[in-house]
Amino acid sequence: MAQTRKEMLTDPLVDNNPITLQVLGICSALAVTTSLEVALVMSLAVIFVTGFASMFISIIRNHIPSSIRIIVQMVIIASLVIVVDQFLKAFAFEISKTLSVFVGLIITNCIVMGRAEAFAMKNPPVASFIDGVGNGLGYGLILMLVAVIRELFGSGSLFGVTILQTVNNGGWYVPNGLLLLPPSAFFIIGLIIWAFRSWKPAQVEEREYKIQVVDAH
Amino acid sequence: MGLRAFFDRIEPHFLKGGKYETYFPIYEMVESFLFTPKTVTTAAPHARSYIDMKRIMTYVVIATIPCILFAWYNTGYQANSAIAAGLEPSYWQSSIGGLFGYDPDNLIANLWHGACFFFPIYIVTLVAGGICEVIFATIRRHEVNEGFLVTSMLYTLIMPATAPLWQVALGIIFGVVIGKEVFGGTGKNFLNPALTGRAFLYFAYPAQMSGDAVWTPVDGFSGATALAVSAADGFQELAANGLTWLDAFLGFMQGSLGETSTLAALIGLTLLLITRIANWRLVVGCLGGMIAFSTLLNLIGSETNPMFAMPWYWHLVVGGYAFGLAFMVTEPVSASHTNMGRYIYGALIGVMVVMIRVINPAFPEGMMLAILFGNVFAPLIDYFVVQANIRRRAKRHA
Repeated sequence: MAQTRKEMLTDPLVDNNPITLQVLGICSALAVTTSLEVALVMSLAVIFVTGFASMFISIIRNHIPSSIRIIVQMVIIASLVIVVDQFLKAFAFEISKTLSVFVGLIITNCIVMGRAEAFAMKNPPVASFIDGVGNGLGYGLILMLVAVIRELFGSGSLFGVTILQTVNNGGWYVPNGLLLLPPSAFFIIGLIIWAFRSWKPAQVEEREYKIQVVDAH
Repeated sequence: MGLRAFFDRIEPHFLKGGKYETYFPIYEMVESFLFTPKTVTTAAPHARSYIDMKRIMTYVVIATIPCILFAWYNTGYQANSAIAAGLEPSYWQSSIGGLFGYDPDNLIANLWHGACFFFPIYIVTLVAGGICEVIFATIRRHEVNEGFLVTSMLYTLIMPATAPLWQVALGIIFGVVIGKEVFGGTGKNFLNPALTGRAFLYFAYPAQMSGDAVWTPVDGFSGATALAVSAADGFQELAANGLTWLDAFLGFMQGSLGETSTLAALIGLTLLLITRIANWRLVVGCLGGMIAFSTLLNLIGSETNPMFAMPWYWHLVVGGYAFGLAFMVTEPVSASHTNMGRYIYGALIGVMVVMIRVINPAFPEGMMLAILFGNVFAPLIDYFVVQANIRRRAKRHA
């Protein structure tokens, strides 16, 4: 591979971010970003699953028949997700209740599947593990960014600690109710994509059409 | 022509290679606001018309004048009535607004008191939105467009009188940036920017944007809008609250600044239809959809939901229906562009308004959401109309 291991880890953070560039895993980014704590747990869960799913799939990649490879990948991913789910239920029950179905839905998170198909099926286990963790980190980074904005301006706190005293508690800050609704994450992710693409113009897609201009004569 | 000479003198600085090249859009804005633009279309196709963008936008602003005047009067009238009933004037605007006293029967006092609430909102809108507009125009090198004057006026007219000014600013910034500029500016916005800003505020700060206490700018006064009363007890109860159909038609009721008067909105609509800025098909579609669907619901009836019984002529006069019909459904950019599509687009909005008002218990008013919903569907409607046309012609020539 042309990429060094460090690049595999850092590339998905900004340059090839699974959410902002590939626009994968949006569902959970909308649903679990109302509070930073939940977003952090979700990020860790996804990092764990993408990392180990990629590694295990890579280990047995030469024994998987191509015709049923998706099923085999799903079995591995699903097992890992169940492990995470049970772990959360045992040690962080409150958060697992908030995350509810979204832990289970990591199975369907396109990032996990995408890395398994695109990378782990063609690369050795250690590289696959690093790639999986890197993509999980990229996902986590965006999740945390969105959650910081939503929790800070939506309920005036970070990790549950009050930063901006809200009006209801005798402070001055009027919380923005829109940020507590899932659609707000769409706007925020959109703005983050905008910021990223202004910062790294290489990410800007080519236009699907050209506006024709007739020259003056 | 001293002013013209002044512009001619400073113009070279703003042209390519000049000292202030970056600020050309600002120069262009001020110059074309005062004078007719010198530039003419040089490339084909040539269509000669006196109607340019500037004139269209100016006509729309002129068409809102009845609504503006009535907004002043009604806001002042509602506030003065509440004060006459024994409440204390509590907003800072009221301290200036009391210049001519707080007598609800005095025309001047009402107009002035209302204007004192209208202008702070309008000025904040112009400044906050204008700054965004100029920043984008400077960076993207497009012209600052008169369309913003329309947006800011419509936006002001759909604000509650008590809206905190920082929320007003936040809303218009959201509306201009997300509703318009990210898609490329005037003419490329598929959403109505004024409504986008209003919807943002509606969901972000529901306590200040909806409910019973926000419409009349006097603390401690609580007056439900006609729609809220109808949703709770049925439209027959409106008469018991002292609101006749004629009152509602003329606009003497609770509501956002400029949306209460159906008459004022219809005068504006007439002007827009005569000047052909508003397309009559949109209006026919929207009225037809609303009348058909509300009549259908009247026929179905409901034991538990009194809104089912509300006849179409009440739907017409309460809430923001008339204002939205006159100035927002007819907005040419965000509406459908095919003639057949215009009927469908209008009807879709008409049906959705009644649907949201009657069947959805969460939102008493539906015009804003219905129009935004229609905006989103407009390109799709156009697509199907065009495809149907292509198929029909292909069959004819097969």
